[in-house]
Amino acid sequence: MTLRLGTDRPLLVPFLTGGVTADWTDYLLAYQEAGADAIEVGLPFSDPMLDGTTIQQASDQALTRGATVEAILHELAAIRGRLRVPIIVMAYANLVLKVGIERLAQAGVSGLIVSDLPLEESAELESAAAAAGIDMILLVAPVTPDDRLRQICLRSQGFVYAVSVMGVTGERTTLAPEAEALARRAKLLLTEPGVDGSHAGSRDDENPVQRLPVLIGFGVSTPEQAAVAGRAGDGVVVGAALMRRVLDGASPADLRREVGALRAALDQGVSTATPYAEISGDRG
Amino acid sequence: MTLATQRGMRDPATGGRFGSFGGRFVPESLIPACAALEEAFRDAWTDPGFRQQLDLFRAVHAGRPTALTPAWNLSAELGITLLLKREDLAHTGSHKINNVLGQALLARRMGKTRLIAETGAGQHGVAAATAAALFGLRATVYMGERDIERQALNVFRMNLLGAEVVPVTTGSRTLKDATNEAMRQWVANVDDTHFCLGSVAGPHPYPWMVREFQRVIGEEARRQVAAELPTGVPDVVVACVGGGSNAAGTFAGFADTGARLIGVEAAGGAAMTDGTVGVVHGSRSLVLQNAEGQIAEAHSIAAGLDYPGVGPEHAHLGESGRAQYVTVSDDEVLIALKRLARTEGIICALESAHAVAWVMRAAGTDELPHGSTVLLTLSGRGDKDMAQLQDQPIMTEPPAGLQADLPAGRQAGLQPGGQAGLQPGRQAGAGAGRVAS
Ligand SMILES: Cc1ncc(COP(=O)(O)O)c(C=O)c1O
Repeated sequence: MTLRLGTDRPLLVPFLTGGVTADWTDYLLAYQEAGADAIEVGLPFSDPMLDGTTIQQASDQALTRGATVEAILHELAAIRGRLRVPIIVMAYANLVLKVGIERLAQAGVSGLIVSDLPLEESAELESAAAAAGIDMILLVAPVTPDDRLRQICLRSQGFVYAVSVMGVTGERTTLAPEAEALARRAKLLLTEPGVDGSHAGSRDDENPVQRLPVLIGFGVSTPEQAAVAGRAGDGVVVGAALMRRVLDGASPADLRREVGALRAALDQGVSTATPYAEISGDRG
Repeated sequence: MTLATQRGMRDPATGGRFGSFGGRFVPESLIPACAALEEAFRDAWTDPGFRQQLDLFRAVHAGRPTALTPAWNLSAELGITLLLKREDLAHTGSHKINNVLGQALLARRMGKTRLIAETGAGQHGVAAATAAALFGLRATVYMGERDIERQALNVFRMNLLGAEVVPVTTGSRTLKDATNEAMRQWVANVDDTHFCLGSVAGPHPYPWMVREFQRVIGEEARRQVAAELPTGVPDVVVACVGGGSNAAGTFAGFADTGARLIGVEAAGGAAMTDGTVGVVHGSRSLVLQNAEGQIAEAHSIAAGLDYPGVGPEHAHLGESGRAQYVTVSDDEVLIALKRLARTEGIICALESAHAVAWVMRAAGTDELPHGSTVLLTLSGRGDKDMAQLQDQPIMTEPPAGLQADLPAGRQAGLQPGGQAGLQPGRQAGAGAGRVAS
């Protein structure tokens, strides 16, 4: 999975809980039309330890509807022809270990995020993912120390997921200040020679296309926050804010507008001058 | 396999592994906190000052050592020698105090000012609230809405002790959901807050650390039993298993002996018997789940055993064959609780009655032949369960089997420590007699 980086705009990855409604795949298509660069599909789990109320409710609603991992993957595969953007599955370790990486690959999934699988536990899954051609996207947190951050950046594929807050998923009134600091640290490390395999080891290569993008997720709730996060990182993952609308009964067309607003804010947030100079500078 | 018997229960391998079980399956945000806790525990556990402090509070606050009581009458009826390790006599009414005293002291040593805890039956919540009060820490206890209804008295006790009890309204609204919520709160408050986990579950170092804090049960019992039995060690060591902390603490004192180790689970919450390998609450262990990995709800009359998982070290002990895990039904548990009350004058917790029920069923069979010596950990007292038991018909109308049994025992003229009582458990006889005289 290659997320385009270094063009004129930050990346947007909206999230949807798989199976949350009968027409859930229509939301994926709406996200795509609104300009998503990739889409994160959450597998509903009985024990969502890292999720706040909204995504817990979405998970509960999906499971109560009878959504299963198998059915979700089946429906994903069924719309594969119409989905051009990469699909990234976000799941808890127990579901992934049961369903197996192979099955995800068959369904056309190109990336995987496992919320409760830190570096120490992920080696096995990483090699299985590599064999299946799935990118393992690893998470970093505000408390991740630099040496560990370096290791995670080294091993992450697709992008580096910067968890913006010390907390669970869910909307916040402002973007946590530690989000920007974390994104800055991660980006700095990723430009070190040898940290990012795709960087080709040349330090004076200023072209950011050559390194992994850093996406800020957890708590990015409004277009304004997305714009800020888009400047601090290379893009955003937006989950709870969208899922709350879905739970409230908003239609795919409504969500298309929501994601469109995020898209516009992100694009405008960095639309002037040379974006990457700004990002690595003190503008945030 | 034979080697495993002699090895006992060791410290986990790197990363908190017990064989292929254990580990640290937590979000990245919690990795530094788990690492810091592990380091602090290692440091404290090798610090004689910390040990002394803990010993002091165990003695003067928790009332340790707890007694070892020969169950004279029941022994006679069953044709075995049954010795009860009386964790029901510990302060707050169960073994949970052993763990929370250790963790609260450790939390204080780490400079934390607040404890958060999950609770099912409320016993761990009460213990955590107690330790928090004692050590001047704030306490918040997460408890499933359904358990709050079932265990109203313990909610009151926690409040009385100054703890805040927060209802958990998501998922199945029981212990597993309370544990999820405590984890979420830990992520968000990790700076000043220690997560005081109540059993040998969770991410490394919890399964190991909690076992070490509960080891006192097994170590005391080992000494006490040695004074009772000419053989020094019992043939069988038995304890109930929810998450598995009282069993782990008990087993730790006997794992390096030839004693058979038996863990008794609730038939409706038997991760060791019915579970499959999975990852829940931070470690890889056996867990009740469906084919896709959705965690199932456990169902037991004992709220403290209503947990779909089990500590990873038990999964390992089971796999290696060092310990054996069995189940008993709710009905057997009620009969056992009543029979222990009538024969020994001890009303134990519903959880602990699981261990008693297995002994009653197994006595006289190949599982537990006549003449066997048994150490049973009575993990808690039954006070918390009285409101619930008042509604159980079996409590007011004793089943026929129970009525028939009782006079038989009585007719033999058994007295605590009396000769008739000691007859079947010959080996224990002398020792039990010593206690009585
Ligand atoms: C009296 C008693 N025994 C046993 C348990 C089960 O816990 P564990 O298996 O960790 O000992 C509980 C849990 O609440 C309890 O209250």
